[in-house]
Amino acid sequence: MRLVEAWRVALDALRANRLRSSLTMLGVIIGVAAVVVLVAIGTGTKQKIEQQVEGLGSNLLIVVPGRVDFGSAPAVSRLSLSDVDAVAKIVGDRSRVAVTVASGETVRAGTASRFTTVNGVIETTPQVFVRSLSRGTYLTRSDVDTQRRVAVLGSAVADTLFGDRDPVGQQITIAGVRFRVNGVFAPLGQSLGIDRDDEVHIPITAAHRLFGTTRVDGIAVKAPDRAEIDTLGRRITAELTKRHPETEFSAVTQEQILGVLGDILGILTGVLAAIAGISLLVGGVGVSNIMLVSVRERTKEIGLRKAVGARPRDIGVQFLLEAVLLTTLGGVIGMALGITAALIVAALSPVPAAITWWSLTLAFGVSAIVGIVFGVVPAQRAGRLDPVVALRTE
Amino acid sequence: MNAALVAEDVVRTYDLDGVSVPALRGVSFTIEAGDYVALVGPSGSGKSTLMHLLGGLDRPSSGRLSIDGRDVAALTPHELAKLRNETIGFVFQSFHLLPRTTAVDNVALPLVYRGQRATERRRRAVAMLERVGLGHRLDHWPNQLSGGEQQRVAIARALVTDPAVLLADEPTGNLDTVTGQAVLALLEALNAERGVALVVVTHDREVAARARRQISMRDGLVVA
Repeated sequence: MRLVEAWRVALDALRANRLRSSLTMLGVIIGVAAVVVLVAIGTGTKQKIEQQVEGLGSNLLIVVPGRVDFGSAPAVSRLSLSDVDAVAKIVGDRSRVAVTVASGETVRAGTASRFTTVNGVIETTPQVFVRSLSRGTYLTRSDVDTQRRVAVLGSAVADTLFGDRDPVGQQITIAGVRFRVNGVFAPLGQSLGIDRDDEVHIPITAAHRLFGTTRVDGIAVKAPDRAEIDTLGRRITAELTKRHPETEFSAVTQEQILGVLGDILGILTGVLAAIAGISLLVGGVGVSNIMLVSVRERTKEIGLRKAVGARPRDIGVQFLLEAVLLTTLGGVIGMALGITAALIVAALSPVPAAITWWSLTLAFGVSAIVGIVFGVVPAQRAGRLDPVVALRTE
Repeated sequence: MNAALVAEDVVRTYDLDGVSVPALRGVSFTIEAGDYVALVGPSGSGKSTLMHLLGGLDRPSSGRLSIDGRDVAALTPHELAKLRNETIGFVFQSFHLLPRTTAVDNVALPLVYRGQRATERRRRAVAMLERVGLGHRLDHWPNQLSGGEQQRVAIARALVTDPAVLLADEPTGNLDTVTGQAVLALLEALNAERGVALVVVTHDREVAARARRQISMRDGLVVA
């Protein structure tokens, strides 16, 4: 028998039992749609986080005391401004080095107040990280050198304290100390679960006096190009370890952060896909079941086909194609449903979703394989039916 | 020319729960090409078993059976299927047409397993349906046809492959007398004009009497 003919026969058989075929397909449809949607959400989340990490700026090297991995206790920083100068000397360009010392403080303007993160920084922050201002100007080197009490507000802080009014030039108090607002950041949104608009930047020298400390929490370096990141990182940690022999220092790149996050999200996506895969498996069992019923019900037809010259293989192929057709058709419908659902989720909720070719190919391939695997037993049974017995069935 | 069917001491026993039950106990006869034979006998006489053997649906337990010159015992299921397709035409009591399949597609079914192209299949099926007087019913479904028409579709399907042997199992069993006579007349005409050996299995004496000769079965043996 020609293969084209076999496909036609299989399609006719499915059409003859429309309701049963659609109900059988439903199991596969739901399974495939679930795989597509969940993988899309997993992939979308991963892409969004990657964008956010890369949105921090490019070729960044974050230098912190202690070891950077999950489960390590945070180390108390022994870094100071003199260490920053040493790092700047290694980098050879102060404008590529940013620092921070952070503390949670209450910020007030008139009767409005907000508890927020106050970052003591130097004037290089907008060059190292990608930050732009919507109003006013950023801190200057002389602000830092002279401990001037000036501040740049995150957009969320500016909204709380000043509403629609222009904050530039206005007075605020941070932990009771008066500061003048120099500028307001453009909104950035969330990044890794942190609201990046909820912060205030002040000169690090002013911050040290305000917080009563001289520590520096972390140093960020923007490498001139990607190739130099690793050597730069090694030189900086070596220098810092020399200056503070009792402390360990780590220099992490965005790739390293992404690597760890990517692994976690990859596992999460895999687990989601596996759970959805179980429903696809259940759908496959349904297909197998229905095909067995179908073989029994069409025993007479099988007998007749054999009598007129169908070989065992012809009958087997016919039933196998029927099962494969059920699951691949279900797979295609499930894919369409999954894509639609993923697009709706992405449009109507904050959950990101990204359709990838590999997830579609995988879903389709798996549904075809499910058809073959779960169609084999019924098909073999049909092929092996004794024509004499089959013809006698009434 | 080869004899259409040669049976030499054919035995067929069934194994039912470890007990061996003989259905045929040594049957010998020859049916020549173009012959017209009635296979008669009461139920349980073994005539159905014999017909399945003659149709290549089953193989004898012992003895030699050759269909159109080929020894059935030596053939695999795959080869038996090919043999059925090429040399045997079946007509059944209950027609055995595929439901939801047009008359012309039912007739063309054996040609599907020959791998013929759709256009060629249709051409031959249409010619055969015209020959049995159903040229006006080509695209009707079985449930739109009368019993006599359905049996004529089945006859067209049996003959579309130009077989050497036409096996008809109670072909008039589900038909009224007049329609049954017409179906028999058609079978006889086709036997005469195409030289296909016609074997009619029946327990109806009137039907059997029309054949050129009779093979009578009783208790697994040929008695006359």
